[in-house]
Amino acid sequence: MARPTPDTEQRTPPPERARLQAAVRLEGVHKRFGDVTAVDGVTLDVRQGEFFSMLGPSGSGKTTCLRMIAGFETPTSGTVLLLGRDVTRLAPYDRDVNTVFQDYALFPHMTVGQNVEYGLRVKGVAPEERRGRAAEALRMVRLEGFERRKPSQLSGGQRQRVALARALVNQPAVVLLDEPLGALDLKLRQQMQIELKAIQQRIGLTFIYVTHDQEEALTMSDRLAVMNAGRIEQVGTPAEVYEKPSTGFVAGFVGVSNTLSGDAAREVTGSSATITVRPEKIRMLERDERPGDGECSVTGHVRDVVYLGANTRYTVDLDPGGELVVLQQNLARSSMEALEVRGKRVRLAWDRLHSRTLARSEEGTGPPGPGEEGT
Amino acid sequence: METRGVRIFMRVTSVLVLAFLYVPLAVIFLYAFNSTVGQKWPPSALTTHWFGVAWRNTEVREALFTSVRAALGATVIALGLGSLAAFAVHRFKFFGREALSFVLVLPIALPGIITGLALNSAISSSGLSFSLLTIIVGHATFCVVVVYNNVIARLRRTPGSLVEASMDLGADGWQTFRYVIWPNLATALVAGGLLAFALSFDEVVVTIFTAGPQITLPIWIFNNLLRPTRLPQVNVVAMVVVLASFVPVYLAVRLTREPAPGRFPAEVVPKPQEQLAVASAAV
Repeated sequence: MARPTPDTEQRTPPPERARLQAAVRLEGVHKRFGDVTAVDGVTLDVRQGEFFSMLGPSGSGKTTCLRMIAGFETPTSGTVLLLGRDVTRLAPYDRDVNTVFQDYALFPHMTVGQNVEYGLRVKGVAPEERRGRAAEALRMVRLEGFERRKPSQLSGGQRQRVALARALVNQPAVVLLDEPLGALDLKLRQQMQIELKAIQQRIGLTFIYVTHDQEEALTMSDRLAVMNAGRIEQVGTPAEVYEKPSTGFVAGFVGVSNTLSGDAAREVTGSSATITVRPEKIRMLERDERPGDGECSVTGHVRDVVYLGANTRYTVDLDPGGELVVLQQNLARSSMEALEVRGKRVRLAWDRLHSRTLARSEEGTGPPGPGEEGT
Repeated sequence: METRGVRIFMRVTSVLVLAFLYVPLAVIFLYAFNSTVGQKWPPSALTTHWFGVAWRNTEVREALFTSVRAALGATVIALGLGSLAAFAVHRFKFFGREALSFVLVLPIALPGIITGLALNSAISSSGLSFSLLTIIVGHATFCVVVVYNNVIARLRRTPGSLVEASMDLGADGWQTFRYVIWPNLATALVAGGLLAFALSFDEVVVTIFTAGPQITLPIWIFNNLLRPTRLPQVNVVAMVVVLASFVPVYLAVRLTREPAPGRFPAEVVPKPQEQLAVASAAV
């Protein structure tokens, strides 16, 4: 723990201590920069030991949230709690969190070893001990023996791992990661995603991970928050967020936006409320096939076919208006057969359980309700 | 794409310009080793005789020490004021920040004779006596700029995330300064200091207006230029002044380049025209 300030400890009233289960808690946090509202009322619990992602487009306020947890920004209003303790106004060096920066922010004049030891050094840990702990942290990120190198002698992926080791060596309550894989190429990024998750599970620290890459968030997170325009749209596990998006924004941002509204929705569900269905949940029926029990269906004709190797993506213009994207595995279908479907009339069907009624995104600011299942 | 003709033309032009800049210097260096008192081309024989003569000349030695003291004094003041100003302008947003930045840089563009004149009347009317101290203050006016420019360029090139990373890892303001900011800044300060030293060491115009009875090396050259018997010593001294200016500039360029290989050291402000002025005057 980095320098606990006694007065803040005393100010924390007893009921606060009951909430120790949350590693980080944001309560009604707002942040304004001049006229711009970056974060607009975020309330959020991050549990201890979980890999939590904040997913959203640029400008959605996710990085600002992270910076308020780290202490680089002070909320305009609201409270930041770390393990139940109010840290809203504490300096970064008085908080038991460590950050992995987007540009790594390795100290260029220090060796890898000195970089990793830095947090221990400024806290006055003896040289012997910190050398041992730095070596261990470097081993954790598979960079043992790199102590003497300079950051400029490392590749992007190696620098990224040094930055991670530099945070982990302090064993903070929470590790904050600000798009740490953004600068890496695709292959390396996917490899690092798996590695990051494995490290997090092995050491059991709480990770808060900011990204705009939905695949990354779905791959690594135990839970994620989808952010838009300074607000949280939905919090849930990857499966919940993907399969049961609670707003149109979430449906569109996580995966392909496949929504039906107005007449099309009325034809399918009998109600004009907007619904969404994931492209891979939709079947294209054979010529004489009838939709099964519990399935809803709609007719249209195929406007576009894109052969993707393992899958084929069809864009279908629906007879009642609107369109749906259908993704089908190419189980026994050749590219010729797939492309022949273009312009043909088709009937689409899917299990009612797979379509979700959406809350209107503009209203979807509070904690999203459990949404109606099946329509 | 340029044609062959254009390429040849540009190469020839470059060579001519560089020759115009450096051949007179080379001639001075050569004449410093000339065995005869009169300058005749080509020199009939070469000797190091005049170096001994110049060194034994107490006037020259005094002038050398005065120059070194003035340059050191001006450098120290420039390091203090220049780096503090750079910190303030980089770190804080305040009313008149841009104006301050401009006012700091302006003295390097002001004609030396105006700076000298202004300082001269200011010093006279303030009742101070003209001394080494007034030379130092006069030189410091334009030496502050090079330190300021070097330090602020380095500060701007140092990512803000380094400071944040340091604080994030538990370092307070002082530790962050000591372990992160200072080591990143040190070479910029040394480079700025070397340039300030070089600027001060060969300065003539402002020195004339701010010196009392003190004579610096460039002033000594100026005073002895037209005395034919002193010409060999003048050449020796000129060579020393040129080297004393070029070596720091060279080191400064090296230093500011080192931390970021391949990047152009935009923060270095070499000012070779003064050396040139001495050289061509002496030829």
